[in-house]
Amino acid sequence: MSLRTPIKIARGLGSAKDGVHHWWVQRVTAVALVPLVVWFVFAVASLSGADYASVRAWVGQPFTTVMLVLLIAVAFHHAQLGLQVVIEDYVSAKGPQIAALILVKFLAVLMAVIGIVAVLRIAFGG
Amino acid sequence: MAQFKLPANSRISEGKTWPAPQGTGNIKRFRVYRWNPDEGQNPRLDTYQVDMDSCGPMVLDALIKIKNEIDPTLTFRRSCREGICGSCAMNIDGTNTLACTKACDDVSGDVRVYPLPHMPVVKDLVPDLTHFYAQYASIQPWMQTQTPAPPDQERLQSKEDRAKLDGLYECILCACCSTSCPSYWWNGDRYLGPAILLQAYRWIVDSRDESTGERLDDLEDPFKLYRCHTIMNCTKTCPKGLNPAKAIGEIKKLLIERRT
Repeated sequence: MSLRTPIKIARGLGSAKDGVHHWWVQRVTAVALVPLVVWFVFAVASLSGADYASVRAWVGQPFTTVMLVLLIAVAFHHAQLGLQVVIEDYVSAKGPQIAALILVKFLAVLMAVIGIVAVLRIAFGG
Repeated sequence: MAQFKLPANSRISEGKTWPAPQGTGNIKRFRVYRWNPDEGQNPRLDTYQVDMDSCGPMVLDALIKIKNEIDPTLTFRRSCREGICGSCAMNIDGTNTLACTKACDDVSGDVRVYPLPHMPVVKDLVPDLTHFYAQYASIQPWMQTQTPAPPDQERLQSKEDRAKLDGLYECILCACCSTSCPSYWWNGDRYLGPAILLQAYRWIVDSRDESTGERLDDLEDPFKLYRCHTIMNCTKTCPKGLNPAKAIGEIKKLLIERRT
């Protein structure tokens, strides 16, 4: 039995004055992913049966490099924003929630950097 | 974590089956959720057999008949019996709706009647809506203006501006939508839910209200507003045919509009 009034509980800590940016960026990245993913699917499909050297050469083309770097960056940004919402929805205990949010952010950045560096090494490595 | 399974003391067991009335062939079975806090037992599902030849058409008519003629301990809220007070909101045949406007004939087979989902139960079909009402109060649902009201007339509004309130003012705060929303189930302590957000939008879009910015400020919050993931259960279940999901979408659009 709480001695606090219902209004006190409902008002809680008040508005965070935040959330619009997250919502908007999630939608912008979703829009950006439409052409990027369509391009990627068709490009990979057209490479079916190609050998290692020709795929390497394809990745090294300037247009392909740009598109792949964009795809990796946007996809991981979008995934991180989405997973953040899932964690906030379903993990209500504050400690595990914050730990999971930090872990997802770190992993997203780590995997994005790994992917981008791999593409750039092929593009500029020789 | 969000709970996906009912806690041990909330699991429902089979209850009493009341005898069928004699001398009629037109019997409908009502499977009703029962829980009495004074008994210290788990909730149970009682089965009532109602003679539909001597019963009104709606589920509320049947519940009143059960209370009058079969089992006076059955507890539920009701008042206007015509879909305008919102008291008899409950989960019938798996959908939140008003017992007074839901026809028994629309349910094939047994009529399953439960309280509104995921709310604390006071007794039988009566949920505790204290927090829901407090959330409503928290959005300050009254006209706020800096300009004093004209001394000799009401505050005027164009017909176009008045039309913007259609589809909003009809909300009777029965809580069917909010209690059908998974986001409200998991995060109802902070998420305002579709009913309250529709009411908030009703004041945001009112051409006479002068606190639009402050109202948007108060809603700009990852939990109060942005737990809405456009699941649309609210719109699907609304017994008044309103569209809370659209109202929430309009709030989100206004929040974008004022920063671009």
